[in-house]
Amino acid sequence: MSLHFTREHEWIRVEGDTATVGITDHAQGQLGDIVFAEAPEAGKQLTKGGEAAVVESVKAASDVYAPASGEVTEANPAIADDPSIINSDPEGEGWFFKLRLSDPSELDGLMDEAAYRDWVATL
Amino acid sequence: MAEVLDLELKSLPLDGWHRARGGRMVPFAGYSMPVQYEGIIAEHRWTRTHAGLFDVSHMGQLMIRGEGAGAALETLLPGDITGLQPGRIRYSLLLNESGGIVDDLMVTNVSPDGGGEEYYVVVNGATKQGDIAFIESRLPAGIALEHLTDRALLALQGPDAAAVIGSLFPGVPDETVFMQGTSRDWNGATIGFGRSGYTGEDGFELSIPFSHVEALADALLADERVRPIGLGARDSLRLEAGLPLYGHDLDEQTTPVMADLLFAVNKRRRAEGGFAGAERILAELEQGAVSKRVGFTVEGRQPVREGARILDEEGNEIGRVTSGGFSPSLEAPIGMGYVAATLGQPGTAITLEQRGKLFSAAVAPMPFVPHRYHRKGKSQ
Repeated sequence: MSLHFTREHEWIRVEGDTATVGITDHAQGQLGDIVFAEAPEAGKQLTKGGEAAVVESVKAASDVYAPASGEVTEANPAIADDPSIINSDPEGEGWFFKLRLSDPSELDGLMDEAAYRDWVATL
Repeated sequence: MAEVLDLELKSLPLDGWHRARGGRMVPFAGYSMPVQYEGIIAEHRWTRTHAGLFDVSHMGQLMIRGEGAGAALETLLPGDITGLQPGRIRYSLLLNESGGIVDDLMVTNVSPDGGGEEYYVVVNGATKQGDIAFIESRLPAGIALEHLTDRALLALQGPDAAAVIGSLFPGVPDETVFMQGTSRDWNGATIGFGRSGYTGEDGFELSIPFSHVEALADALLADERVRPIGLGARDSLRLEAGLPLYGHDLDEQTTPVMADLLFAVNKRRRAEGGFAGAERILAELEQGAVSKRVGFTVEGRQPVREGARILDEEGNEIGRVTSGGFSPSLEAPIGMGYVAATLGQPGTAITLEQRGKLFSAAVAPMPFVPHRYHRKGKSQ
């Protein structure tokens, strides 16, 4: 298992050729109370850096970008039913979607957990 | 560029107070202001169930004085100002020559007992400098406008607001009902109280010198029924209350008739005219305006925000969303916008388009959440 982070505040946890994607605790804190989330449907092809999901707080709408390219295998139904779990458990139960990676080497340019937490501390 | 602009942001007198209480500060109307403390939804619900303390010191507080001040204001505002009794507050609209809304404001008659005319006017923060220039250039000789630049403005809103104010300032809730004001001396300063606000709840706005505002905010917050509330919840509260926000739901292209603020055009003034833009506004009152501000509810959970297009059944654009968000009370998306007046009836199906996605919506009566103002003859 490996965990990577983007500068757009997504995390991606890779197990074999499957990855789980969500937004970071820092991102949910910046957004505030989340009232709506829409994950991509299974079967959708995503391109690294492209729009993947939508998350809306009381204040504003925000895009979630694909940290890597691949095919969506599963969307998390729980976040549609209760978007507040993205606030309460963003890096756990509040995951957005799972992805079958088409090019795992794309992960090389992402930050590891320590680098991400250090970087966020400077923001 | 953003950094340069940030340097020009002004601080409110309670800036440090907000930061010490966890307020997340954002630029608004040229000031650094708290958007939230614990979270917008929790703050929103606290205000609806207890009492929320808002810092609205960015708003402009003006005094307009002199013999004939009321009559002079009536040339700019469509409300009955000369008929406003001392201690009474009125919501009104500053109008340009073509009947467009320059700002919305609150006027209180604060004329002293011994005679002389004095009106206390609260205008929006983002528009206050323009408003002052606009009003000053139109006031006749002998009427003076003073901008009270050393006074802060707090709002305490919610069902517990009156009890909290009454415990600190005995008698104030008994002396006032909705849209009435009074004053008290407090630690050597004069506090002006107006039983008004912009959340749909019972509550007060308190005007106080900068020198005393922190002590007043502390005294209010010492009551466990009071929590500090940020701009985020202020916006969701006023949207649920169906109240328009200047610069979003109202602007200089909007008339009071289009904005559905007919109550602000007093009956006597309708008969007599004599205010800026009267010709157009009276004609619109007679014939109806082409477009009208309406509220709407949206199917599903996704908020539809300002700028989204409003479409009719054939897909033609009939207006734009001017305020939109998620209602914490209704747990559903709500908003307001302008539509062709023929489509303004509650229940009318409309479609909204945001970022290429279509949403089913319906025109809805406002307020979305009933007002709970403390009116005369009503028990508390």
